[in-house]
Amino acid sequence: MHSTCGHISIRDVTKVFDGHKGHPAIHALGPVSLDIARGEFFSVVGPSGCGKSTLLEVLSGLGKATAGTIEIDGTPVAGAVPDGIGAVFQQDASFFWLNVWDNVAFGLRRLGMESAEVAHRVDNALAFMGLGGFAKAYPAQLSGGMRQRVCIARTLVLEPRVLLLDEPFGALDQQTRLLMGDELLRLWRETGATVILITHALDEAAMLSDRVGVMSARPGRFIDVVTTDWPATRDSRVVSDGRFGSITSRLWATLREESLRAIGTS
Amino acid sequence: MKSNKLDQVLLVIAIFAVWQLLYVAAGPNVISSPARTLTRALELLQTSNFWVNAASTGIAFGTASVLSIAGGVVVGLWLGLRQFAGDVADPILGALYSLPKITLYPIILLIFGLGLSAKVAFGAIHGFFPIAIFTMGAVRNVAPVYYRTARVMRLPPTVTLATIMVPAALPEILAGVRIGLALTLLGTLIGELFASTSGLGFALIRATDIHAVPDITAITFLIFLFAASVNSFLHAIERRTLHNA
Repeated sequence: MHSTCGHISIRDVTKVFDGHKGHPAIHALGPVSLDIARGEFFSVVGPSGCGKSTLLEVLSGLGKATAGTIEIDGTPVAGAVPDGIGAVFQQDASFFWLNVWDNVAFGLRRLGMESAEVAHRVDNALAFMGLGGFAKAYPAQLSGGMRQRVCIARTLVLEPRVLLLDEPFGALDQQTRLLMGDELLRLWRETGATVILITHALDEAAMLSDRVGVMSARPGRFIDVVTTDWPATRDSRVVSDGRFGSITSRLWATLREESLRAIGTS
Repeated sequence: MKSNKLDQVLLVIAIFAVWQLLYVAAGPNVISSPARTLTRALELLQTSNFWVNAASTGIAFGTASVLSIAGGVVVGLWLGLRQFAGDVADPILGALYSLPKITLYPIILLIFGLGLSAKVAFGAIHGFFPIAIFTMGAVRNVAPVYYRTARVMRLPPTVTLATIMVPAALPEILAGVRIGLALTLLGTLIGELFASTSGLGFALIRATDIHAVPDITAITFLIFLFAASVNSFLHAIERRTLHNA
């Protein structure tokens, strides 16, 4: 199912943060090697502080890897964000000074797209994300889940090849998270984008992903990669599938050992 | 919203009540009654002399406001965007902000002479520091996730500044402008009180010289009304930029 020569290719990537003012240098990540196929839904789980977000940072080009190479469709990513990357973060990044419609149109307008096309794409994205009735609302009038939808819609209209998600539902309640998971799967199927999701929620990873990579404690390396074999048409109801339990159990068994090691009780 | 309006009405009634009590306690040699003040204020509003002084103060205040906003916002943005310059400037600005600027007035008079430019300069230095400090803080407080979003969208720095940084910092910048302009008015009036040949501050000090208590109270009342209007106007703009209806 997954070709060995990936659409995203990560080779021996490490990240070391330089120490300064008497603090020692921190080896945050790696070496990590991984291939992700086009259109794959890949999740990364790991103990707190294991370098999950650092991986996303270097993958997006927001940060530069200390060593190793990252290529997306054969183009190296080296500390500059490549074209066609979309990212949604855990922190609310909706622009409070713009209404929902203008938030979603923001990126398209910066590209200088003509207004009819902007309107077409924004209206579609709002309808798709269930925000149709909130076009004129401001983020301050919306719940946390709705604001995250705005951020997702704003990224979605730019039609990214690769969608990077850094715990986008981390601040939401459990029910909202499951529903947002369904939305995300729908979005993933519809757009064909490659999705890389960083999460601390094992059930979320098990339910959404084609594969789940489990990271070790810092410096983060992949210690297990679990293939779920869910059909592409899956939704949050897979949580009642018998295999769901065995996937989360396997993730937890690996992660538990690693987390205990990380806090030094084993 | 309705109870908010009611609160405001009650506050105004309370102010007039305290004023009336003060008048009863202190007597007409110190303060005029609210009724007498309102009558005198209406009379003053019909004299050309009042409007000459009001225009003089208005021009000085307007010019000083433009200078303090332009200077404060530009310096504040620059310091806010440059980590190191900001770190160096922060305590210096703080010290200059808390310096009683009245001590600089003799020097300003020697530089600018008696007249409009001294009032403008004195007003502007009152407003400049709070506006610069608030703007610097506002830019530094912009959520890091906005920068990351801008970078993922691959926006050039100037576009990021204009379309994300400034709008994100605007409510806090406007709070600084509101405080800055209140101090600019204070500075302008102090300038007129101490050494000037026109303006409402000058009119106030002339009325004091001849012990015209109704005039003193009426001019003070009119200045208060003006300051309160400017403040609530700026407050309304500030609230609009927050969009949390």
